Order: sequence, then C-alpha cells, then structure tokens
Amino acid sequence: MDIKVQNLSKSYGPQKAVDNINFEVKPGEILGFLGPNGAGKTTTMKMIAQYLEIEKGDILIGGQSLKDHSLKKNIGYLPESNPLYSEMPVIDYLEYVAALQGLPKERINDRVREMVKICGLDVEKHKQISELSKGYRQRVGLAQAMIHDPEILILDEPTTGLDPNQIIEIRELIKNLGRHKTVLFSTHILPEVEATCDRILIINKGKIVADGTASTLRQQAQGQEIHHIRFSDEVNTQDALDQLRQLASVQSVEILDATKKKFSVVSKPNLPATREIWNTCVSKNWMITEFIPFETKLEDIFRDLTMN
Amino acid sequence: MDKVLVIAKKEFGSFFDSLVAYILLAAFLGFSGFFTWIQGSDIFMRREADLDVFFSVARWTLFFFIPALTMKMVAEEKKTGTIEMLLTKNVTDRQVVLGKFLGCLMLVGVALLFTLPYYFSVAWLGKMDHGATITGYLGLLLMSAAYIAIGLFASSITNNQIVAFLLALLIGIFFHLLFDFLASGTSGYLSELFQTLSLTNHYDSISRGVLDSKDLIYFLSITGLGLFLSEYFISKR
Repeated sequence: MDIKVQNLSKSYGPQKAVDNINFEVKPGEILGFLGPNGAGKTTTMKMIAQYLEIEKGDILIGGQSLKDHSLKKNIGYLPESNPLYSEMPVIDYLEYVAALQGLPKERINDRVREMVKICGLDVEKHKQISELSKGYRQRVGLAQAMIHDPEILILDEPTTGLDPNQIIEIRELIKNLGRHKTVLFSTHILPEVEATCDRILIINKGKIVADGTASTLRQQAQGQEIHHIRFSDEVNTQDALDQLRQLASVQSVEILDATKKKFSVVSKPNLPATREIWNTCVSKNWMITEFIPFETKLEDIFRDLTMN
Repeated sequence: MDKVLVIAKKEFGSFFDSLVAYILLAAFLGFSGFFTWIQGSDIFMRREADLDVFFSVARWTLFFFIPALTMKMVAEEKKTGTIEMLLTKNVTDRQVVLGKFLGCLMLVGVALLFTLPYYFSVAWLGKMDHGATITGYLGLLLMSAAYIAIGLFASSITNNQIVAFLLALLIGIFFHLLFDFLASGTSGYLSELFQTLSLTNHYDSISRGVLDSKDLIYFLSITGLGLFLSEYFISKR
C-alpha cells in the first residue's frame, strides 16, 4: 500500500502547522521525515494515523481516501512520546492491543510471541511496563505498532532518548521491516536518516523544502566537488597555489593552512578535477600527504533549508 | 461490540491492578454492612424484613465512589498521551466510551453482587417484599449508570483527575440533592420541572417497587446524554 498526501493543510488557530504539502511514499520504501521542532512533522503523521482530522486536502492510503474510510487497521503508529499503559505487564499490553486491532483470538498468542521475539523483549516480557528501561519501552512501542502486521508504519521519532547501541538496533529493525512495508519515520538525528532511509523529506514551517535521496540533496545543494589537499614540506606554497589555479577544471583554490601546506580546491560545476590535480602534482614531483574529497554534510543542507 | 468488550475487560482489570477496585469494594461493603446490620436504625432495630437501610446507604456511597472511579478514565489517558495510542487503533471513539462505561458498570455490578448475602439473610429472617428488593437493586444499577456517564463526561473535558472528580460530584449533587430541594422550594411548573429532573425522586419511585417507563426513560436519557457528550469531547482534539 502506498501513501499519497495531496495538498494537505492544517491550522491551529491562526498558525498554519501544515501548509499545502504533497508527497508520496511507495511500498517497500523508507521515507525519512526531517524538520526542526514545530515544522509540522508530528501533525502530518497524526493525520495519516487518523488521530487528527484532515482539514484541507486529502490523504490516500492504497488509493482510498482517509476522509471516507477508516483505514486504521492498515496502519501501525508509534506516537512521539511513546505513551504506554505503565501499570500493565508487557504481554498483557500487547495482547490488549492485538485484540483492539481486531486480530482473531487464536492468532493473538502467536503474534504476541512473534513480536516479543522480533523486538527482543523476551527477558522483559513478564515485567510491568513501568519497570522497563527507556530502550525496552521503545521496543514495546514498536511491538504494539506492528502487532497486527500493518502494511504501513508511521513512526514518530522512534530513536529519541536511546543510547547509541539501542539506536543501531532499532535502526536495523526498521530497515529489515522496511523491505516489505511502507515506512514513514521522523527523526532529528541526521546521520540516522542517511543510514536508514531510501528517501528524505525536509519540512519547514509547514512546507516541504526538499525531497530526494541523500545524494541528490547533496548535489542540489552543492554541484561542485571540494578537495582538501596537503603537500609535504618541500613544496613551495605560492607555486602550488598558482599551478592549481591554472587548471581548467578548477574554479578556486584557497590556502587553509600555509605552514602545513594545506589547500582547499573547488572544482567547476560538473567537471571532475581529481585527475588534473593528480597529473599536475606528478609532473611537478610534489608529494601529496593528504587528499580528501570533501562532502557537504547533511547538517549543512538541513541548516541551509530550514534557517531563514 | 467485540471491541467494546475488549476495552471493558481491560478497564475492569485495571481497577484491580491499581487497587482502586479493592478499596472501593472494601469501603462499599464496610459502610453498607455496618449501617445495615450493626449501627443506628439497623434491621434488628426496625424489625422489618427489608433492605431500605442498605439501599439508602448504597445510594450515598455510590454517589461518592463513582466519580472516584471515573475521574481517571479519560483524563489520565489524555495527560499521559495514551489516548492517542488508543484512538489510532482500529476502534471508534464511541467504542472507547462505551467500553470504559461498561468496564466501570461491571465493577459496580460486582460490588452489588457481593451484597446478595444481605438479601438472602433478610429473606431468611422474615417475610420480604422480593419485588421491591429486586427493583431496588435495579434502581441502584440505573443510578450508577447515570453517574458513570456523568463522570465520564467530566473526565473527558479535562486532563486533570481532581478537576474531573470535583466536576462529577458537582453535577451529581444537583441530581442527587439540589433539584429535590429546589422542587420543594418552588411551586407550579418550576417545581414540576425540578421534580422531573431530580434523580432521587425517580430512584425512590423505582425502589418502592414501581417500574414506570418514565423513570426508565429518565435514567437512560441521562446515561445517553453523558456518553454522547463524552464521545463529543473525546472526538474534539
């Protein structure tokens, strides 16, 4: 099942939380939803999960509009703060959620056992939820979202508050699930998006400001290659500067550190400069000690798009 | 209906998980037992084989206890955010409200079941008006249903349990006491209106053993209105 969001808007009073956004998530795709706090991520996800009513526009799930159909059974939703009934034991809670989702009685036990296994809850399954650590609570949250084997998963910041090991585990879990499902998940951790998602959507002030894979976003933001080069001490700084600047594929050269002989070389748009730089150095017999292709960080792209 | 029962069962169970149920049962049976059998104008003093004392004590204890049961039912879920988790499951707002209502009514039902020994003892002690006793129990159940619906409504408009409790009591006291006072203090149409609104009035006529459709309609419409308003305020989010 795919998700199609069409001209979706929602306001809280005079403030527009979501402003006419359009996007699509295909089956088998993991879409990372990025944006600063208050950008409208959670509001959008709440509308897809059918907690909030659609104000303007439409959301289609597998071609059916959420306005006319209750499609909750196809959606697994993990709310932002992962609210759980803390006084219930893990197993009872999962059984309750399975029954709420309308699973037939004879399947509930099997499904709960399966989820406990997938989410690694075996040791903790008889504990009360209030006794669990944050990481295990998050797993219970994921387990309850997936208990009815939905085709669509909406996960609102599933990795906040976890330690690095737990983040990697949850990330792997999402990746494995994402192969067969349509996954939309939001996060603040930018490297996480690159590690997990097939596509990235950046939203700011209720509007979509970027939509694409991490590499296409980089190219859009940059279009030029940047290399950091360092030469060995015997190379003359001024000489190197002049020679590099003369190259046809090089747009500009800057000295980063004169004593360490470190330069930053920016190529012309869509002209790879690596070979020319290399050939020049070989012909001049300059020894290169560092040659680092420099990528624009996702953080910078994010800042560019959301700070204005 | 399946989902309503699933929710009702969970709510019923969570009363026991949080000890609320045990406290309620102990206090309810303690109060009603004490006044029915031991203290004041008890059965032996009155020398009449009926449960009138029990009914009037139960009426007051339930009046105070029901808001304590319902106060957290929606308010706490709103506060902790679990309401979002619950309502994005494959259930409707109405099923959630009905499930919670039924879960609470089940607990009151259990409390009343525990008083059946009173009934059998009194029946053994003397000649008893069985009809009036059965309608007395029915009256208690209907009254409880109305107060649970009022309590759910109070709980659904706030996320503070104490506010929900006080509000439920405040609304309840009108039906329980004040409309009756107002009716005796006024005359004509106004008096009749307050008489009709007074829950005590309808309760009394049922517990005398007269099952009038007017009284049934009264209780069911208060219950219905309370549940309808709860659903409305839950759906506003």
